[in-house]
Order: sequence, then C-alpha cells, then structure tokens
Amino acid sequence: MELKRKDILSLSDLDREEIDLILQTADSFKEVSTREIKKVPALRGKTVINLFFEPSTRTRTSFELAGKRLSADVINISSTGSSTVKGESLLDTARNIEAMHSDFIIVRHASSGVPQFLAKSLQSAVINAGDGAHAHPSQGLLDLLTIKEAKGTLEGLKVVIVGDILHGRVAHSDIHGLLKYGADIHLVAPPTLIPIGIELWGVTVHYHLDEALHDADVVILLRLQLERQNTAYFPTLREYAKLYGLDRRRLSLAKEDALVMHPGPINRGVEVTSEVADGLSSVILKQVSNGIAVRMALLFLLSGGKND
Amino acid sequence: MGTVILNSHEILRVLTRIAHEILERNEGAKEIILVGIQTGGVHLAKRIAHFIGKIEGTTPPTGTLDITLYRDDLAARKEYPTLKKTDIPVDMNDKKVVLVDDVLFTGRTIRAAMDSLIDLGRPKEIQLAVLVDRGHRELPIRADYVGKNLPTAFHEKVEVLLEEVGEEDRVLLNRGQKN
Repeated sequence: MELKRKDILSLSDLDREEIDLILQTADSFKEVSTREIKKVPALRGKTVINLFFEPSTRTRTSFELAGKRLSADVINISSTGSSTVKGESLLDTARNIEAMHSDFIIVRHASSGVPQFLAKSLQSAVINAGDGAHAHPSQGLLDLLTIKEAKGTLEGLKVVIVGDILHGRVAHSDIHGLLKYGADIHLVAPPTLIPIGIELWGVTVHYHLDEALHDADVVILLRLQLERQNTAYFPTLREYAKLYGLDRRRLSLAKEDALVMHPGPINRGVEVTSEVADGLSSVILKQVSNGIAVRMALLFLLSGGKND
Repeated sequence: MGTVILNSHEILRVLTRIAHEILERNEGAKEIILVGIQTGGVHLAKRIAHFIGKIEGTTPPTGTLDITLYRDDLAARKEYPTLKKTDIPVDMNDKKVVLVDDVLFTGRTIRAAMDSLIDLGRPKEIQLAVLVDRGHRELPIRADYVGKNLPTAFHEKVEVLLEEVGEEDRVLLNRGQKN
C-alpha cells in the first residue's frame, strides 16, 4: 500500500485506506521521537519549505521538526520576511522557491484554496498547513491518531465539537475524517458560529453544551478565531465562556473516560477552564506530540509516491 | 510452488543448533539481546530466544528493528514498504546484539540494520544469525551463524514461510524466470 498522490490538501480527498496507512505509519514514527538520537536518514537530501503567510508556532515547528527528524533540509519563510510585502504575487513567490529545487512546500494562508492553487501550479508536493476557514488536514489526522490511540477505535464514538465551527478549519478536517469512520458527531456553538446547512454533512447541531455532552466519548474544543471574526458573533467573551466553556461540572456529563482535546493555542478560562485543560481527561499535549509523528508520516509517504 | 529446501523439522533443528552456537560463542546468554529484522527476522529471533531459554533456563530479551528508513534505495524506489515498528525494550549499551534475519542476500539490509542499531545505542558487539545464506553479496558482510548455505542464481527467489504468519514452516526456492 502506498499513498498515490502528490499533495495533501484536505481530508475530504483521502479515502479511508489512505488515512489508515497514514495513521499506521505515524504510529511507527512515534518511536523515533523517543530515541536518544531523534533522527533517521529517510529523507536525506530532500528540501522542505515552510511557506507561512499566517502566524503559527505549533504547526510550523511541528513540520520543521518532522522534516529534520527525517534528515530533510527545512527552510522557514514567513509572510513578514518574504517578498510578498514587496509586491510579488503568490505564484511568483512559489515558483521562485521551486526554482531552488524544493521537494515539499508546506503552505499556510488566510485564504481558502491557496494550497490547491499551488498544488496545480507546482511540481513539488504541497501540504496544506491550514487555509482560511477551509481545512487543516494534518491537524485532523493527528486528532484521529490521538483518539484512536486512547479509544482503540474511531468507529461509533460520540464526538462533540464545541466552538467556532464557521471559521474552524480544524473542525472541518476533524468532521471529514471522523465521518469516514462512522463517528457520531455533535456540533455545539452559538447559532452565529454554525455554518448554514452543515446538518447535510450528517452531523447533529446543538446550541446548548449540556445537552450535547451527555455520554460523549470525545470533546474537541476549538479556539475562538478572534482574528477572523470581524463582526460580533456573540456579545462578550465572558458570556461565551459561561455558555460554551468546558468546566468540571460539564465534563462530568460526558462519559467517565471522555477525552478533552484542543488544537491550541488555548484561551484559558474561555473555551476551557484550566482545571479541565490540565486535568486527567486532557490529551492536549499528546496531540502536540502526535502532530510530529503524523507530519513525519505525511512527508515520508508523499516522497514515496512519485511515480508519474 | 518451488523446491522445499528446509522442512519444519529441519527448521527446528537448525534454529536449535544456532541457539547452541550463540551460547557457545558468547559463553552463556547473559549479555545477549536478539534483534529480529522486520518482518522475516522477528519471529525467528523470538524462536531462538525461546530455545536459548530452554537450554539455559533464562530467556534473553528480544527486540524488533525496521530498517525501511535506513535503506540505500529509498529515494529510487517507486513504492515504499509499509513502515513497521522498531522496538528494542532494553538498553543495548555494553550488550551483545545478535541481529536475526531470514535470508542473507546482498547484505544491504544488514548494512542498514547496523546503521540503525548504532543510532539507537552502542552495543559492545553486533553478530548476525540468518536462516538461509543464499550468496550474491554486494557488501563485505558475513553471517556468524548460518542455518543453511544455499547456492542460488541471482534471479531465483528464496521464500521463508513460518507458522507465525499462518503457514506451515518451510523454506522454498523458486526457480523463477531466467532473463
């Protein structure tokens, strides 16, 4: 089995066998990060370019470490230091990078569709590291890996996703991934942050957190994308925290062994109380560790798929 | 179907002999770790450990090693083999590692395995045990313990089938197509 594709753009393009292969490979890669010498020679001589037009610490560092632990050369380009501020177009920037013989371009951009556009225009493998409100496939995959690891399976789990679904590319990737395994997905948010018609994806929508949490296996909290909310979607952060914040009492409505997940960065006291974020149910830091393994798997599998 | 080179009784005898040879050369099993190369060597390492346990009373630790990430043909391959687990549960420093594989052919797998082991720790010694040595080495590598020396033509295929993967224990030689 191999990954027969050039790029990873969204989880909706991947079929279940491909996701299984990625998760299985990531599971094997976890061991590399626990070694004294955290490096294997698999991608020696390959060049990975992190092209980030939006701020990111976790995802960029994670891709960078994933590349370095596979012995690839990794270069980071961020929007502030790049020539786009000098007026260069996106495609010209990308073509110039490719002219330096890159093998992978990891792209994050505030506009949906940028990775698709670059994938069509470039020879390099393109991995979407988050585009607008569209998708964040590597985060979706690491969430699947974290859930599968804790629960043994993804099938039939009740997963509650709380927060900004409207701007939530993480939510979109999680939903696409989980639906392929037949999870029972419940979305909770103020009505203004739920996209119209999302029920058609086969998910249940709630406006009250308490009723959704009953018997949940997994609770995924989303960050409020305050930078994308240019109009008021809810009156105050305090009200949001009160109605949609996860605290100990609310968590007790879910199953006893329920997992609490958050893609980070956390707004403590808003999406989740510190008590829950640092509690025994929380796998938030495990998500971060798994992120490296998943990204190593993506780089490794994509570099093997070039047979066109 | 190919010619049967070793049947289940012969495999049993050969592995028992290798267990004795490992004990003789290392004067016991105290410092030994058996590391099977994924996937063929993994079951054989466990079996040899079991035989050593029966002879000595203490079973040496075993580990598994996936050499995919260390292959020298990784960049050229069109299809990657599926990555399997590397798991060496004990500290290898100052221990003698016996690498176990099913078939010794070009020696490239063993080169990759040695590089991988040395990244994982600093064994006092690395030895090599194989069920079948079929020749055609492309690197200066030899086995310390050989189940059977089998002269082959380069295009022939040696297949090791084991109970652990749902087959009757046997080693087959497939003549294959001559080029």
